[in-house]
Amino acid sequence: MTSHSGQQHPISLYLKIWGLLFVLSTLSYLVDYFQFQGYLRWSLIILFMLLKAGLIVAIFMHMAWERLSLVYAILVPPLCLLVLVILMAAEADYTFALRQMFFR
Amino acid sequence: MSALLSPSPETSKPSFGGLRGLVADWSSDQQAFQVSWGKAMMWIFLLSDTFVFSSFLIGYMTVRIATTAPWPNPSEVFALHVGGVEVPLLLIAIMTFVLITSSGTMAMAVNFAYRRDRMKTALLMLATAFLGAAFVGMQAFEWTKLIVEGVRPWGNPMGAAQFGSAFFMITGFHGLHVSAGVIYLLVVALRVLRGRYEKSGNYQIVEIAGLYWHFVDLVWVFIFALFYLW
Repeated sequence: MTSHSGQQHPISLYLKIWGLLFVLSTLSYLVDYFQFQGYLRWSLIILFMLLKAGLIVAIFMHMAWERLSLVYAILVPPLCLLVLVILMAAEADYTFALRQMFFR
Repeated sequence: MSALLSPSPETSKPSFGGLRGLVADWSSDQQAFQVSWGKAMMWIFLLSDTFVFSSFLIGYMTVRIATTAPWPNPSEVFALHVGGVEVPLLLIAIMTFVLITSSGTMAMAVNFAYRRDRMKTALLMLATAFLGAAFVGMQAFEWTKLIVEGVRPWGNPMGAAQFGSAFFMITGFHGLHVSAGVIYLLVVALRVLRGRYEKSGNYQIVEIAGLYWHFVDLVWVFIFALFYLW
């Protein structure tokens, strides 16, 4: 499969993913509509977010059919961002605690 | 001599896939990504954009966790009055569905491009661009509404001052990407329609434009979850 005729998949596959993304978006909207709170809200929001992101990257962006060298080059670097998320969350918690103490 | 310098096709392209293929692709003296340069460059650009968007979202998260003033409730801020009832996040939900639909039409455009169906490709791309423009229009409406209500980058009447700066920066940067994407899609669609790629038969530009468009949708998935649903 060369670049001239690459990435041909049945239209029905795209329609199915499209429908699935609609369902997942509706579900995450309903999380807010019914005002779920706490861990239930967060686990549902993150779950639907990751499922949607995964479907878009894997099917719409054809990542599922790319060679592993490209897949790893694209998907591994964002793990560094996850480290940054954790660092910044810890730092923000600390800032919040300090502000609670001194700026009430 | 040239036969010695340039390796034969059998040795330059290992036939095995999986993890062994990964190691062979990275360690050999050859292109690491066996895709066209255009596609590789788009992926690398998108990776860099991932880092920019993530920095914005992480900055927003940091500010939101660290602030002691109450954060405005997004589901109330972005609610719309419909028939006398306050529907939470209605506009954002519609925007999400519009953007997902545009991703669907784009994926189908790529498919028809590889089948060399010029008319259907161009029409689906134009539909995608139209949905993107509709998204930006709704975002302009949303911005106007918030500005009228007194939200500014340095403060707002609903709570934490940082809400405005996070909102305008994140949605503004995303809206800029959507607007640029609409122009990009229009240019490619017109070129497809005029038959620019007929001679070479290489319609990969549609897939590359599609990668950009799906990425815009992908970023919105994260903004929707982390900004509007938090």
